[in-house]
Amino acid sequence: MQLYIKFFAMHLKSQMQYKLSFFLTILGQFFMSFTALLGLYFMFLRFNAVEDYTFEHVLLCFAVLLMAFSIAETFGRGFDLFPQMLGNGEFDRALVRPRNIVFQVLASKMDFTRLGRLIQAILVFCYAIPNSGVIWTWDKVLTLLFMIGCGSLIFFALFIVYAGFTFFTVEGLEFMNIFTDGGREFGRYPFSIYGKNILMFLTFVIPLALFQYYPLLYLLDREKSMFYMFTPIIGLLFIIPSYTFFRIGLRRYKSTGS
Amino acid sequence: MPSCTGSIIYEKILCTVSHTLYKQFTVSRCGIGGIGNAVCVGVYGNIGFFGVLPHKSISAFSAFYRTNPAAFPMEFSQTVSYIWMQQAFLALFMMWFWEHDIAALIMEGSIAYEMVRPLDLYNRWFCQIAANRLARAVLRCSPILIVAFLVPEPYRMTLPPNAAHLLLFIFSSFLALCVVVAFSMLMYISLFYTLSPMGMRIIAAVISDFLAGATVPLPFFPEPFRTIAELLPFGAMQNMPLRIYSGNIAGTDALAGIALQIFWIIVLLFIGRLMMSRTLKKVIVQGG
Amino acid sequence: MITLSNINKTFRVAKRQAGFGRAVKAFISREYELVHALNDVSFSINDGEMVGYIGPNGAGKSTTIKIMCGILTPDSGVCKINGRIPWRERIDHVREIGVVFGQRSQLWWDVPIIDSFELICDIYKIDKKTYKNNLDELTVLLDLEELLKTPARSLSLGQRMRCEIAASLLHSPKILFLDEPTIGLDAVSKIAVRQFIKKLNCEHGTTVILTTHDMHDIEALTERILLIGKGRILLDGSLDELKKHSSRRKTLVVEYTGTEPEISEGMTLIEKKNGRIIITLDPEILPVSDAITHLAARAELTDVSVSGITAEEMVAELYREYHI
Repeated sequence: MQLYIKFFAMHLKSQMQYKLSFFLTILGQFFMSFTALLGLYFMFLRFNAVEDYTFEHVLLCFAVLLMAFSIAETFGRGFDLFPQMLGNGEFDRALVRPRNIVFQVLASKMDFTRLGRLIQAILVFCYAIPNSGVIWTWDKVLTLLFMIGCGSLIFFALFIVYAGFTFFTVEGLEFMNIFTDGGREFGRYPFSIYGKNILMFLTFVIPLALFQYYPLLYLLDREKSMFYMFTPIIGLLFIIPSYTFFRIGLRRYKSTGS
Repeated sequence: MPSCTGSIIYEKILCTVSHTLYKQFTVSRCGIGGIGNAVCVGVYGNIGFFGVLPHKSISAFSAFYRTNPAAFPMEFSQTVSYIWMQQAFLALFMMWFWEHDIAALIMEGSIAYEMVRPLDLYNRWFCQIAANRLARAVLRCSPILIVAFLVPEPYRMTLPPNAAHLLLFIFSSFLALCVVVAFSMLMYISLFYTLSPMGMRIIAAVISDFLAGATVPLPFFPEPFRTIAELLPFGAMQNMPLRIYSGNIAGTDALAGIALQIFWIIVLLFIGRLMMSRTLKKVIVQGG
Repeated sequence: MITLSNINKTFRVAKRQAGFGRAVKAFISREYELVHALNDVSFSINDGEMVGYIGPNGAGKSTTIKIMCGILTPDSGVCKINGRIPWRERIDHVREIGVVFGQRSQLWWDVPIIDSFELICDIYKIDKKTYKNNLDELTVLLDLEELLKTPARSLSLGQRMRCEIAASLLHSPKILFLDEPTIGLDAVSKIAVRQFIKKLNCEHGTTVILTTHDMHDIEALTERILLIGKGRILLDGSLDELKKHSSRRKTLVVEYTGTEPEISEGMTLIEKKNGRIIITLDPEILPVSDAITHLAARAELTDVSVSGITAEEMVAELYREYHI
């Protein structure tokens, strides 16, 4: 929407006012995922493979997660920082504006420093894609795009759930980080590594595996059925319960105040 | 007046520890706080949900172990204990914990108030940071430790091989805390010069934690990185005590490691105090 | 047209315990207490009125404002503003109101004010012509010419508040809610803001609802006052009515030379400084002329002024009277 672009431009202008801080933070973000990458690299120097996944395969996982998460974080920061917004009255101010409230939360914050990780993900892709041993036909490329795109949206939905929780309580919200930040950190390995129970949980409850694991199997030709290409799209269904939860929280907020 | 400062320091530590414990109970929030820390929270796992993240980390390691046990540089059970202990005492070992009040003090220039007080500033901040970390660690460690001892094999944490190890571990942890705090003092002092905390601090914290073995324990590093990392001050931070606990390092190696820790403490303290006095002189001259 | 009838609102607030032992207990089981924020509140405000909404902190002012804005839903009662129920038709309702929260800014911090204004123009879908007209008028009236190009962080509080008020009027709202607009402002800015609001009300017929603790605002602006205390509307009337009703007391400001005159019975001393005393008296007990005669006999009077009770004193008295 046009209005969103205007917000985008404002955020960009606002953040570029502090150029040094901006670039240093991007660098910091970059280093954070870089050390994770180094850790991976060290492990694979020693081990060559883990459960049939080579270094390049794992890199694909890593890069997909990183990219999906950084996109979600850049644009969905409003939900990530929702407790702050509630606490300082910014949300009330948004309610007094004649626009959809979800849109306003979305547009309220955009954090371009997260793009540091995006750049790193691209770099990793540059290495991993040619070396992974995958033959990149159109369906494989599409699968990869689904993985990244739907992955961003699923992480975004997780942020919405987090924001929804803040309507009910201000404490104990940290556990949501398990799924968001935790998902990013542990998503560097294909989720099957963590055992069957975790895999089931990540398929049916929080559908992270739907965009990381199953399509990966398709990419690596371990599953031939086209169905696996579309599992990320199924994962998008998660948005429905998370949005509903947010609206329930919103209704409660309107009736109980802050 | 060393004994005078000594008792004042002791009092201060007691005060800060109990005050922090009290605050934690009444506020019951992870004391990290602040937007910037949200960045770091996820990387090394969230303390609030005891056991899930270390559990996952161990799963990953066990997957590697299953693939090729021979290439594992330390015994699996040792790795398990290492990770549990690391998570339990996160507040002691990790560089990315940040004292907002001190940072705010420097940034806003309220340093003048601090200098009017009769205590040595370096000591005071050192104790404050150390005490805060200690308090947080004490609060957070029990749930994680309980979970660590109750999970089924092979994820369960084991006790150290003998009492001597345990004592060495405690002593080494104490030294590690000092190294961590001394190093972070350097970061705070550098704030006087840079005034842009976020970026620099994240970079420094991330690199130092990585080199300390937070992402992957140091034995997993390939040579020559491993040797280098073990010699750097970061290796003295969590690497030493955790490996002593898990039994990975024993006997003379352990004593050598402790000696290295003490060495780094002395060096970092010396540099820190030097920088501090230089900086404060500059502040006095320029007016803050 | 604003109407509220029998609005009730109760909050459940978790009790925060002090002390270590009780804090642990609270950790395990929460105790709640019921706070009756609003108790059968009813009033109506016609278009173009200017109303001062006063009351001590915690009386229910901000709760009422939130309900009128559509942010909060009441437990029971009816509220209609311009034919709409605020929280039911939030977006349409909100388009016609403007809100200025005293402490919370709606302007972007790091970019020039004019950019914030243009974004607001887009949010409210104001058509370009109206926007330009409004902007020009507001710039002149609030003296914003040099401020438009600077970012909000470089402005003083007074300048920022003028921009805030302008920002909330760009979309020509019919109703303006002002929550403590002059708080923290210097005297010059306060006067500027008051004059502007008065002009707005006169020329555009904008309904203004003003919450404030500053009684000078009340005196300068409002003809009508709503007093709320402990969730109930205690008084609803014009300022003059209220003054007459609540007290007949008169205030005398007396300046003298030489020794300080003693005061007699029936006079209450409010303030004394070198050469100047301020007393209040009840004319029914001690007529003003008698008081002046008494004082003149004891000191060399150089200036005497007599005035009715000030708004501040009146409100303080009201609070006392209603135990709020």
